[in-house]
Amino acid sequence: MLEKALQGKNTYWGWILFLIGVMIIGAICYVRQYIYGLGLTGMSRDVSWGFYIAQFTFFVGVAAGGVMLVLPYYVHDFKAFGKITILGEFMAIAAICMCLMFIIVDLGQPQRALNVLLHPTPHSMLFWDMIVLNVYLLLNIVIGWVVLHSQFKNAPAPKWIKAFIWISIPWAISIHTVTAMLYCGLPGRHFWLTAILAPRFLASAFAAGPALLLIVSLIMKKVANFDAGDKAIQKLTTIIAYAAIFNFFFVGLEFFVAYYSNLPGHMHTLDYLFFGLDGHDNLVSAMRFSTFIGIAATIMFLIPKCKQNTTLLPIMCVMIFVSLLIDKGIGFVLGGFVPSPLDYITEYVPTMNELAIVASIWAAGAFILTILYRIVIAVKNEEA
Amino acid sequence: MDVKRRKFLKIAGISAIAGISAPTAFSSLLKGEAGASSEGGNAKAAEKSAGHGEKKRTGKQLGLVVNTRIFKEVDGLAEKCTKACHTVHNVPDFGNPKDEIKWLWKEPYEHAFPEHSNHMRSEGLNTLPILVLCNHCENPPCVRACPTKATFKNASNGIVMMDYHRCIGCRFCMAACPYGARSFNWRNPRELDANGNYKFFPNGIDAKFPTRTRGVVEKCNFCAKRLKEGKQPACVEASDSIRGRGLIFGNVNDPHSEISRVLSENFTIQRKPSAGTLPSVFYII
Amino acid sequence: MPMYDSGKIITGLVIFVIIITFPIWYNVGGAEHLPNPEKPVGKKQCVRDTQYMRTTHMQLLSEWRDEVVRDGNRQDQIVDGIKYEKSLQNGCMNCHTSKKKFCDECHIYAAVKPYCWDCHVQPKEMN
Repeated sequence: MLEKALQGKNTYWGWILFLIGVMIIGAICYVRQYIYGLGLTGMSRDVSWGFYIAQFTFFVGVAAGGVMLVLPYYVHDFKAFGKITILGEFMAIAAICMCLMFIIVDLGQPQRALNVLLHPTPHSMLFWDMIVLNVYLLLNIVIGWVVLHSQFKNAPAPKWIKAFIWISIPWAISIHTVTAMLYCGLPGRHFWLTAILAPRFLASAFAAGPALLLIVSLIMKKVANFDAGDKAIQKLTTIIAYAAIFNFFFVGLEFFVAYYSNLPGHMHTLDYLFFGLDGHDNLVSAMRFSTFIGIAATIMFLIPKCKQNTTLLPIMCVMIFVSLLIDKGIGFVLGGFVPSPLDYITEYVPTMNELAIVASIWAAGAFILTILYRIVIAVKNEEA
Repeated sequence: MDVKRRKFLKIAGISAIAGISAPTAFSSLLKGEAGASSEGGNAKAAEKSAGHGEKKRTGKQLGLVVNTRIFKEVDGLAEKCTKACHTVHNVPDFGNPKDEIKWLWKEPYEHAFPEHSNHMRSEGLNTLPILVLCNHCENPPCVRACPTKATFKNASNGIVMMDYHRCIGCRFCMAACPYGARSFNWRNPRELDANGNYKFFPNGIDAKFPTRTRGVVEKCNFCAKRLKEGKQPACVEASDSIRGRGLIFGNVNDPHSEISRVLSENFTIQRKPSAGTLPSVFYII
Repeated sequence: MPMYDSGKIITGLVIFVIIITFPIWYNVGGAEHLPNPEKPVGKKQCVRDTQYMRTTHMQLLSEWRDEVVRDGNRQDQIVDGIKYEKSLQNGCMNCHTSKKKFCDECHIYAAVKPYCWDCHVQPKEMN
């Protein structure tokens, strides 16, 4: 089936070449970073994790979001998702690949990465994160490929694939729970030290993942004659709506706990992110923007006229995706480092080299997604 | 392929994978448990006692008492200790706070003890020089976090050690440390300038000790090498002044050691005790 | 039988062969002479014998590293009454003082680049 990705219109090839161009630029920038060291990024002694890990956290969520298609279709027999479940699984593959790339570019000694396997450390959450992410990648590759291939051959999927599908559902929950556990078990970072972190991560994942999927489905309808079906699209909007409501409810609770208790440890980071702290406020506009468009989008998702409007729908999806990208993919991780354990404020600004590497990993994810979706379209539309 | 042969190959394949990985997984899980408990041997004893009254303490736990009064009385003593530490261990000076590496340094009271009350504090307290360093906790969150055991608690003396050969530079330990005690090598410390001199070691390198390389995390190691040579840690030696020794070092689990005597005779405070880490560094204010 | 797409296939094959034989042609001319490591003056023996060191010095250093750093076992090695510090920098290189004249001789020939000296300091040259 892979050969189907070698056939396409000029727009397809133009897009592929553009992505490869961005990836090459990123690769060059990574070589520069590998030689100099991670000092070529905006990270510092106080803010020791930056965009790489922040984006990693966000895209683990996007990968977990695939389960919101698998669950209704396979467990609850929601036939309308028949065409797009595979899209969810393939999106998970692309997202996990991005996550692994983000980790590798963030390591100070990437050639030693296998030490995590050579010296297994069950008391470290990073060890478990590595395991669950890689197994999830494998699960989605196997499930996606086998199911699609069966459709390609007009044959029913083999019975044993059911076991993998059933495992993948709790496994999707686990990847984002373990990622949350990286943060919520650290005693020195009060902004992260909350039991609601895993539920909040999952809620934002189940909004962001399906939102991205919806945008891509609408694009494919326009450029590739691939129609997911109105019923599927509308069900996705329902899922996004509920997930977004839960997410903002949890965020509201965080604000309540911090400000009502008036505990400095919890408050100061929210102060820094949303209001500025001691004159430091480089994230305030972004965070406020993120909250505004996120809540606005959530409200729109609850209004039937908005959901069914073909112009508004993609805009709403972009709004919720960008909102959560900023909230989880920037504010959350950076906030944990401000104030520092010694109560200093060091701000973080990414460097151009760093942004180029981030962009190239996005391009790599889009590349994998494009190739896989190209194959899906070819099979579903029964191209020769 | 013959159905029976297929079935045999499937069973053989699965048994082979199970047979190879099961004992490995089992032993590594056990080692992981044992490793965590032997490397945190003292921690286990202390863990149970944390918050529930002190239990009998076994094993050796090296610790430090910082007598801030002496550091206040003797001008420049804190800087002398920092210089001693950073010289003996080839800690580079990058000249900017972004890339900064420090093992032992001076902080004002409000930054060393941010959880202590800021409210209506005396001027004297605000200007007190506090030397901060890795606390070599009995219950170190950094050791719990490290995915490769590159940082680990040495069971024989309680030092939280760094294995620079194994560190993958993920900086999870830096996120985990509640004290900001760890530094990362954001760039190559051994960079040379146009004349072939080290840019970041203005006074050269101490040839008896290695440097580190870009991409690993480093911190105070209680001078493990000097201890083996029968010496005191560099900072402790440098803290000897006309007013007395600013730093007292020893085994806190030994009731007959000097440090135990100092701890029993003085009121000491610790950094962030609510974190449950049981630090081994104590401060006489 | 005609070979379809022969132009593309042969071009591809040539590129493949060039890439796959990279380790061979990249190192051509690298070994100027056979390794001739300079023995330290005035020392009759080492912590292990020459044959052992030739085959196993990497493992020995690895074991020492784990024993010193991870187990805290910094016991000096006493061989035939002579004390050696369990250290590359302060033990081995106490006698083998020149990285260029000793260590590099074999390493360059064998095209290996051990990263020991990224951190460990060479006694005399300091570079």
